[in-house]
Amino acid sequence: MVMAAAESQFHVLAVDDSIIDRKLIERLLKTSSYRAVTTVDSGSKALEFLGLLGEEDHGNPNQPCICTNHSQEVAVNLVITDYCMPGMTGYDLLKRIKESSSLRNIPVVIMSSENVPSRISRCLQEGAEEFFLKPVRLSDLNKLKTHMMKSKCKNHQMPENLEDPERPEESTATSSPSAETSEFQSPQSQPQLKQQQQQQQSQANNSNNNKRKAVEEGPSPDRARPRYSNDLTVVSN
Amino acid sequence: MEVGQLQKSFVDYTASLFREGFLDGQFSQLQQLQDESNPDFVVEVVSLFFEDSDKLLNDLTRALDQQNIDFKKVDAHVHQLKGSSSSIGAQRVKNACVAFRNFCEEQNVEACLRCLHQVKQEYLLVKSKLETLFTLEQQIITAGGAIPMME
Repeated sequence: MVMAAAESQFHVLAVDDSIIDRKLIERLLKTSSYRAVTTVDSGSKALEFLGLLGEEDHGNPNQPCICTNHSQEVAVNLVITDYCMPGMTGYDLLKRIKESSSLRNIPVVIMSSENVPSRISRCLQEGAEEFFLKPVRLSDLNKLKTHMMKSKCKNHQMPENLEDPERPEESTATSSPSAETSEFQSPQSQPQLKQQQQQQQSQANNSNNNKRKAVEEGPSPDRARPRYSNDLTVVSN
Repeated sequence: MEVGQLQKSFVDYTASLFREGFLDGQFSQLQQLQDESNPDFVVEVVSLFFEDSDKLLNDLTRALDQQNIDFKKVDAHVHQLKGSSSSIGAQRVKNACVAFRNFCEEQNVEACLRCLHQVKQEYLLVKSKLETLFTLEQQIITAGGAIPMME
């Protein structure tokens, strides 16, 4: 499916202070066919990677950014971050991204080991795409893919059969064929995808304010877990 | 031992670990993420867990040994251990951490010390069992067999 192909060109930035969880999310993402995955262990490193640290962001994306490593644009298509981190929490990171004119269209997913309804609504209201309870599973990422594909489709008002493999966006979007995970990767600019995301994000934002039912959860039984997503329903696994 | 026997031992042993609650479904998830392109994934993640946990348990021992215990710190360590044990499917360790956190909240020193002991016990148990499991896997591979997929 062409949409899936576009998705797999995604460069995902995963943020988690736990080395175990970083390894896990990296593997999950790669298994889910996200080609380029970068993991960092803190919110501030994430911002640095995204080119935000040192930038006086008053809505001017053209201001030079004083980054230690890269002065080029880093194109990240999805940020998936842990909530509980020392220093900058996932929520703080989410806010910074959404407040940035250059980055606000990047979808952000929050993960947390704790099922705190107020935390979940706060994140979703702040613009998080999804909220996953840890441990994150492959099925969560698959649902995310479906959800993000749907948003894209809605935005473009695509008829269901518009899956033209020759679509320019997909063919020009490049990513490193042998996807390596590293602390920092060389950036590529993907203007077409960004544009799609802008539309996708505004769509997502519209449906973002909708109710998210908080579900009380005891010691988690193996399979049944609530999911929180933008399609307004709490889906049980 | 021949491959068939080794494989049977592996299957039985794995089943017992799940049955006795040492491991839960999350461990199966890890196994499913392992394939020819990442043949050592489970061992790698579990090794990270061992390293991380050894350190955390040392930190916890030290923290609870202080004159004035910083319960926030203790809780933070337990929270981390709870998270990592949950991520690899070490169910009993995780449950022990849940209990531990409750006593941190109450700032109950005695209970915390008991919990720490409990967590250590569970950790050492699951560590030993996982090491046995990995040894079995290695034996199967050396004997030229394939690791049976558990469902």
